[in-house]
Amino acid sequence: MTTAAPAAATTILPPRRLIARTLGAPGAVAGSIILAVLVFGAIFAPLLSPFDPNATRVCPRLAAPSFTHFFGCDLFGRDIFSRILYGARLSLAVGLLTVAISLVAGTIFGMVIAFLGGRVDRIGVRLLDVMLGFPAIVLAILIVAVLGVGAFNAALAVGISGIPRIARVIRSATLTLVGREFVESARAVGASQTRILRRHLLPNLLPIVIVLGSLDLGGAILSTATLSFLGLGAQPPTSEWGAMLSAGREFMRYAPWTMIFPGLALFLAVMSVNLVGDRLSHVLDPRASGHG
Amino acid sequence: MATLLEVVDLATYYATPGATIRAVDGVSFTLAEGEVLGIVGESGCGKSTLGRTVLRLVEPTGGSIRFLGEDITKLDRRAMVRRRRNMQVVFQDPFGSLNPRHRVGEIVVEPLEVHGIGDARSRAARVSELLVLVGLPPDAAGRYPHEFSGGQRQRIAIARALVLEPKLLIADEPVSALDVSIQSQIINLLAELRVRLGLAMLFISHDLSVIRHVSDRIAVMYLGRIVEIASTAEIFDRPTHPYTQALLSAVPHTDPARRRERILLSGEMPDPAKPPSGCAFHTRCRHAMPRCSNERPALAQRPIEGGSREVACYLY
Ligand SMILES: Nc1ncnc2c1ncn2[C@@H]1O[C@H](COP(=O)(O)OP(=O)(O)OP(=O)(O)O)[C@@H](O)[C@H]1O
Ligand SMILES: [Mg+2]
Repeated sequence: MTTAAPAAATTILPPRRLIARTLGAPGAVAGSIILAVLVFGAIFAPLLSPFDPNATRVCPRLAAPSFTHFFGCDLFGRDIFSRILYGARLSLAVGLLTVAISLVAGTIFGMVIAFLGGRVDRIGVRLLDVMLGFPAIVLAILIVAVLGVGAFNAALAVGISGIPRIARVIRSATLTLVGREFVESARAVGASQTRILRRHLLPNLLPIVIVLGSLDLGGAILSTATLSFLGLGAQPPTSEWGAMLSAGREFMRYAPWTMIFPGLALFLAVMSVNLVGDRLSHVLDPRASGHG
Repeated sequence: MATLLEVVDLATYYATPGATIRAVDGVSFTLAEGEVLGIVGESGCGKSTLGRTVLRLVEPTGGSIRFLGEDITKLDRRAMVRRRRNMQVVFQDPFGSLNPRHRVGEIVVEPLEVHGIGDARSRAARVSELLVLVGLPPDAAGRYPHEFSGGQRQRIAIARALVLEPKLLIADEPVSALDVSIQSQIINLLAELRVRLGLAMLFISHDLSVIRHVSDRIAVMYLGRIVEIASTAEIFDRPTHPYTQALLSAVPHTDPARRRERILLSGEMPDPAKPPSGCAFHTRCRHAMPRCSNERPALAQRPIEGGSREVACYLY
């Protein structure tokens, strides 16, 4: 598992130009629209939901989709459409939290070991190698086993399992930055180590951090859903897509909507996030012809 | 003039896997306040390492550095920070030495912030003052380095280096990365500032014709050592070391009558990880004698026709 370090981006794009460029590809436009719909649904779930997502017997058990219950009903007579909307809240929030955990911890870890170098770096790299030896999802399951099940712990687990990959990329990007003369110039004026890290290295790593985050968000949403599917994440009666998929499994034959709609929501969320993330990384990475 | 910098027997070795590179290997010189010492030599002879070691950006392997009457060779990082107020540097590559994410104002003000000098208002005033001093418009402060040309960027680097009013400026090939047409502007700027600010400089370059314009004295380096050191006039009128002669013969002379015979140096500069025995230059020297490959000539005052010269060569 070696991820090539994106060259330290030096392109400086004002946010508006960045957005304009990111939307310069059809895939990214489609992704942005889907994502916007999901985000809108998540934010306004309380207003948009026709029913209380946790209220049982609002309709007949496993009732098929209809005009009152767009996506049908589940085993407990809950409205699946409302549950999907609330699920969007949870999935997006948990995904963002997860990515934030990996990014913050991974960036600090990778940046500091590369900057300090020597023994600290050697030990740090060894640690990363050990963590990278496990598939991320296995690592996440191990961590949940230690922390206990729950939506928050699942986010924490997936977040922690994502640290080593981020840290490794940030470490190599930092190594190239540390060799640049402006870092030496900061030393020459007497800047402290923390000042060099915060004022000189971090701002130059930020584009890479954004790229890594946008590329990771889809995977994070999927991984936390997977944990819920396995019963390790969000617990019933929370409306969470992975948990809904899991609950619908038994009725797949005669009430497929119990699985189709949560599955579709998950698929659309991950796909739209990845479409936007790929494009964003393309725009921000100067090597990948950032002019395109 | 009082001595500002005294370097004695300075050595900097790089430990690389498989070899020890003797980048600087026993260099001694003094620099008076307000004086400019040019350091010249081929690429890889250790000029930059010497400059960085004097600034303690690279740790010396041996020898000592006295700055402002104080031995700074062993000062820890903390103590060094305060000394840095008086010693600054301008690097060769103005595209690498300025943080691309900082505005010019932030770049120039940073030394003041680090040393806690002044408040926001007086710092801003000082930044404008410096920008004008180096010939940039004061509104440059709000822009990013990539909006400027190489020559302008080097002016920004100079403003940053001078904002603390240092006593010593180390200019490491400050014009080598610039267009020839821009080079003289920057050299003239440094020469002018040096007079105005009473600045002492170590002016590092591989190009004697560049060094000549700013230096009071010139030290010629070969493979980590100084082989000859004398005033600029003495070096140009009468180069004594065969290596100096070879370097000088490559400098185009304005007066054709005085044009020197071109001395071509054969071969490459030896690998500093495996320096030749005796005088390191003997492998390329046209006057090499048997003695030169066995013993190393010390840099010392040696009699030359009509005087003496600090040179490391058995011809004298
Ligand atoms: N960080 C380093 N690690 C190992 N070797 C180094 C390092 N920096 C420089 N060297 C080696 O030390 C020797 C002197 O390098 P230095 O950069 O001081 O020379 P220079 O005279 O400034 O050359 P140039 O004109 O190319 O700038 C060279 O052989 C170089 O390869
Ligand atoms: Mg150099």
